[in-house]
Amino acid sequence: MKTLGDVKVGESSTIVKLHGEGALRRHLMDLGLIKGTSFKVVKVAPLGDPVEINVRGYELSIRKEEAAVVEVQ
Amino acid sequence: MADSQIHVALAGNPNCGKTTLLNLITGANGYVGNWPGVTVEKKEAKLLSDKNVTITDLPGIYSLSPYSPEEQCSRDYLMSGEPDVVVQVVDATNLERNLYLALQVIETGLPVVVALNMADLVEKNGDKIDTDKLSKKLGCPVMMISALKNKGIKELFEQVKKSAASKGQVPEHKFDSSIEDVLDHIENNLPASVPANKRRYYAVKLFERDTDACKLINLTKEKAARVEQLVAQCEQDCDDDAESIITGERYGVIAHIIDECLTKAPAKMSTSEKIDRMVTNRILGLPIFVVIMFCVYYIAVSTLGGTVTDFTNDQLFGTDGWYVLGQGRDAYDAAVEAAGDNADSVDPAEYGPYVPGITTVVHDALVAGGTEDGGLVDSLVCDGIVGGLGAIFGFVPQMFLLFVMLSFLEDCGYMARVAFIMDRVFRRFGLSGKSFIPMLVSSGCGVPGVMATKTIENEKDRRMTVMTTTFIPCGAKLPIIALLMGSIIGDSSTTAAWISPLFYFLGVFAVIASGLMLKKTKLFAGRPTPFVMELPAYHFPAIRSWALHVWERCWAFIKKAGTVIFASTVVVWFLSNFGSYNGSFGFLPAMDGIPEEFMDYSVLAMLGNLVAWIFAPLGFSTWQATALTVSGLVAKENVVATAGSLLSVADAAETDPSLWTAFAGMFPTMGACVAFGAFNLLCAPCFAAMGTIRNQMDSGKWTAIAIGYECAFAWVIGLFINQFYNLLVLGQFGIWTIVAIVLLVAMLFQIFRPMPKHAWTDEDETNAASAAVSA
Repeated sequence: MKTLGDVKVGESSTIVKLHGEGALRRHLMDLGLIKGTSFKVVKVAPLGDPVEINVRGYELSIRKEEAAVVEVQ
Repeated sequence: MADSQIHVALAGNPNCGKTTLLNLITGANGYVGNWPGVTVEKKEAKLLSDKNVTITDLPGIYSLSPYSPEEQCSRDYLMSGEPDVVVQVVDATNLERNLYLALQVIETGLPVVVALNMADLVEKNGDKIDTDKLSKKLGCPVMMISALKNKGIKELFEQVKKSAASKGQVPEHKFDSSIEDVLDHIENNLPASVPANKRRYYAVKLFERDTDACKLINLTKEKAARVEQLVAQCEQDCDDDAESIITGERYGVIAHIIDECLTKAPAKMSTSEKIDRMVTNRILGLPIFVVIMFCVYYIAVSTLGGTVTDFTNDQLFGTDGWYVLGQGRDAYDAAVEAAGDNADSVDPAEYGPYVPGITTVVHDALVAGGTEDGGLVDSLVCDGIVGGLGAIFGFVPQMFLLFVMLSFLEDCGYMARVAFIMDRVFRRFGLSGKSFIPMLVSSGCGVPGVMATKTIENEKDRRMTVMTTTFIPCGAKLPIIALLMGSIIGDSSTTAAWISPLFYFLGVFAVIASGLMLKKTKLFAGRPTPFVMELPAYHFPAIRSWALHVWERCWAFIKKAGTVIFASTVVVWFLSNFGSYNGSFGFLPAMDGIPEEFMDYSVLAMLGNLVAWIFAPLGFSTWQATALTVSGLVAKENVVATAGSLLSVADAAETDPSLWTAFAGMFPTMGACVAFGAFNLLCAPCFAAMGTIRNQMDSGKWTAIAIGYECAFAWVIGLFINQFYNLLVLGQFGIWTIVAIVLLVAMLFQIFRPMPKHAWTDEDETNAASAAVSA
């Protein structure tokens, strides 16, 4: 399974499915990370984590650990 | 008249300009930052232009889900029946995500007015929004405003008053027909007691299996089973879970609306992106951050701020006095030099526009008014009150400069990037990047530092940050460090500047070690909290909110200086000047035959002796050292001043070599002296900061845990320093050496052992429970 954390800086991809459960999953959905949403990994922090993605016209910071619940194409 | 009262709820995403709007329309100085999640509790204020309108500012939220306390608080208020109308603030530069919450608020059935904020930016970007069409699609009025530029606000509130009189609307937007069918069925199953305009809201919530709403509606067993069957069938058809289906439908509706109502100008790289590319650059990000922080502290503490503080301490409040614009200073200095031993006879007023120091003015006025020179009143007013307040207000310029710069960095959006850069580091010891801001602010003053923790949503993270943030040396601890430096190396601060960073490292070490130890205890156990944060676009802060922000923080400090510290200086003055000598109790300096060191007989000495045994293993068991520590608990600013008066070094400042010698003489060894310093820097902060901790924790138990932990940690570190100094340098070994070794081993074990198994059981249970609910 390829996840959001595996997408390289500068690359775009589309969300296939949101795994996980509870508050984190719902929070990601509320922020607009749902099935079919396309996004772009803008950059990675100087120490390698978290990553910054551009989704639905805004910038979002997400740790690789949390990005692991987002399955992408 | 109760009927004319209008209650307006202000809702919106974090960072959509809601608090700026609130400040504009109510004049309240709420806290505004370019930082998602600044308002955590809801605030209430009256509209400036019409006192019959009460505005309630809800926390910035992304959704009305039942998962976070802010979202629960907001929806409980919306459904409470109190608000007559909701102003839904929308960041017009980011319609897509902002409309997601707007749709949910419209679904509550309350009258809603959508305020498209940041109209000025939309225009600047060249985008166009068709508000009439948007209004039709959403089924409620839509107004363009700019809270920053004060545009469209009057019209907005005219509309708000009109809408408040209406009964609310049934939402216009429709989901996919198969979902609508299910929602219709659920609506039909709702009890008749649910009013017409709220039926849609509860139908959607029941579809989502929202636990709170299910409890509230309390369907009969048959109906609940019927609803569950419908939802389960729908989930099977869509091959997705109910929450995802609804979220997907909402974003689908929004995509459709945006297609029709928004014309976007061709994308170009914004200034924000250009700046961002630079400051969060993979290679340059950290160096840029270090340089910015260095500049902030260099300006605020070392150069500009330091000069102003010295001026305030010695000349404005002290006995030196000052010349307007410095005119005559050189001539006066030359005259003093020429006069040699007779320097006192030179009258500074002859050389320019001279203004005497406040202490001198007050002292002269008192003596002229018939008060005894050096007597009870003179001593209380000049030494106790003016001296004490002067020492504190001396920090205001430094604090002001520091907050001007930190608030700018926060308001313009850089601090969110700092959290992004530093998160990796802070996660290692159980905190998130968001904990970094309170720690930076704490380096100025712990009171606003602890207050700044309110931007951390997660309770565990917030508590741990509150507990550890005051380990960072604040401005008031700097003189203690300078005094220690002088006493240990007997050198001025310029050549021994490397010692003071060591104490900063001690503070940072205390934060890290505490984080590593605490996160493995039952109190803080759990999975690391998610760090999913919006990075707002950069903007130049509105001068007004920037100024309010600085003012709020400085005011927190001044208020503490004016109340707690003021009272405490008087108390300390009383305790150290009153006592019993030769069987009679009274004002010691005025007693017959009292020796020069009259403080040995004071109440302070008696109290100091009572608790001195606690510090014996740390090497300082004299009552003076204990009394200094106690006065430090009242306010760290007191320590140097108290040391001066306890050691009978007149006009003491931390840069005075005679104070260094007297201070060093209080301790048997250098180890004890450093242990004293370490204990005072790390132990519980001042009364004012403790009060703020109490407010933030909102729990007596947690306040006690925080302060108890800080003191215990400080004591242990002091013990290490003193005992290991004795062992390694002086070759002494005793029972306390063994205690120190045992504690050190225990501490290292707690720091380096892996995360214990029990840590996640609670969390797993709740997860299992919520999984069972949704299964």
